[in-house]
Order: sequence, then C-alpha cells, then structure tokens
Amino acid sequence: MKIRTVKELLDARLIVGEAFLDQEVVSACGSDLMSDVLAFVKEQTVLLTGLNNPQVIRTAEMLDVSAIVFVRGKQPTPDIIEMAVEQDIVLLSTDDTLFEACGKLYQGGLRGGVK
Amino acid sequence: MTQETKENLVITQTYDIEAGNFTKAGEAASNIKRLLRQLGIDAKIVRRVSIAVYEAEMNMVIHSVGGTLKIEINPDEIVFKSQDSGPGIEDVELAMKEGYSTATDLARELGFGAGMGLPNIKRCSDHLIIQSEVGEGTYLEAKFIISKEG
Repeated sequence: MKIRTVKELLDARLIVGEAFLDQEVVSACGSDLMSDVLAFVKEQTVLLTGLNNPQVIRTAEMLDVSAIVFVRGKQPTPDIIEMAVEQDIVLLSTDDTLFEACGKLYQGGLRGGVK
Repeated sequence: MTQETKENLVITQTYDIEAGNFTKAGEAASNIKRLLRQLGIDAKIVRRVSIAVYEAEMNMVIHSVGGTLKIEINPDEIVFKSQDSGPGIEDVELAMKEGYSTATDLARELGFGAGMGLPNIKRCSDHLIIQSEVGEGTYLEAKFIISKEG
C-alpha cells in the first residue's frame, strides 16, 4: 500500500514528507510501546502511535520505518519534525484513535507483518 | 565522539552516554547507523546493529549513571562495547528475560522499560557478552559478523 493511500484512508494531515508519499509500505504496527516496536517491527512499515516524543522518530529511524501516523490529532513539536526531515520519514496526523486507525488500514488490506 | 582509523582497516568511534538525558538519547545510535551506511555495509546488518546499539544506549540513559559506547568496524565484523559506571545488574539471567524490567515511570512514559532491551540486543547480535557487578557497572559486548549475510 502506498503511504498516500494510508493518508487517504485515515483522512490524515501530512506534516512532512510529501516527496515520499508514493513509497510502498508492506505492513503496519500500532503501539505506544517503543520497546515492543523495536523488538518486532519489520522494515517498510507504517507505525501508528499515540506517543509524541523524539524517541518515536529515533525508533523509526533504527528500524527503517517509512512513515509514522500520530493518532488522536496529535501534532509533533518542531524539533521532532526536524528529526523526521533528516531521516526522510513521512509524518501524518489523524483524528482517529489508535484502534480506529489500525482498523481502517487492516480493512484496506494492510497486515501486521509479524510472523 | 572520537574516531580513529588504524592500518588494518579498523574504524573505532567512542561516545559518552549521559544518564537521564532523554533528549540526546539515540544520537550515538543515529551517528553509528549513518557511518555504517556510508561504509556500504549490508542494510540488514546495519539495521540489526542500529537496533542493538539503540537499545544499549537507551539502557544506559535509563538505568546507568552514564558511561561510554564504542563501536569497532573491520571488514569481517562489527563489535560494539558499552561500559557504564554503575549501578550494575543484580541478576543478569533475570534481566535477559523478556518482560522483566526495573525501569522508572519516566522511561515508561517515553515508551520504554518493557523489559525487551537486553533480549532484543541478544536477538539482533551474533554473539553477546554481558558482565555486571553491582556497585561497579555493566560491560556489554555485541558482535555482528559481516560475511555471514554477504
């Protein structure tokens, strides 16, 4: 699924990363626990989270995560956005809850990617 | 950060890790990832090393009083070594169990402290040594073989 489709399905606002909207993601992960994300997430994944701090970007960076969706309308601070720009990570924000956002992407065909 | 290159193609970088500094946490891992990429190392290995170094760095920021993180790269393998000055791990075997954690509320609020760090470092690396002494500190050495994945 293209990141652009993720954005459309979640009616999400693009915060940064317009140039990468046509990149493909093959799986998704919804979690506020970066410890778990670090242990299980594969590359080319979209990460959905309610957590809004620099460690979310760092975690995504280490895992080669392509895009992050902040749920419940959360808006990252400029320093967090700057980190994402440096790492070519797409940032999106949706008003949906984590549960609803994950449900919509699952319905759209995305899967967890964890064996 | 200091860097030196020796004649036998060993690149070494050393980073000081500050306890409790959650803003800077991850910078060493980020720099190391960039270096490995620049050296043209296989993306899968880069990913494994990055995850392990980041977990180790977060461990030091969350649990230790501070220490150093060193990475050595030669054509055959990547080795990272971390040494902190305390407080040390009481029961290393227990700390290696998934889900066992002694992390603070602050670390948990930031999305860490689920007791996955050391097991994840072990999973990512080809060889892991942990030596810890309560009151002294913890030494960790993780090896990643480059030739294995071509």
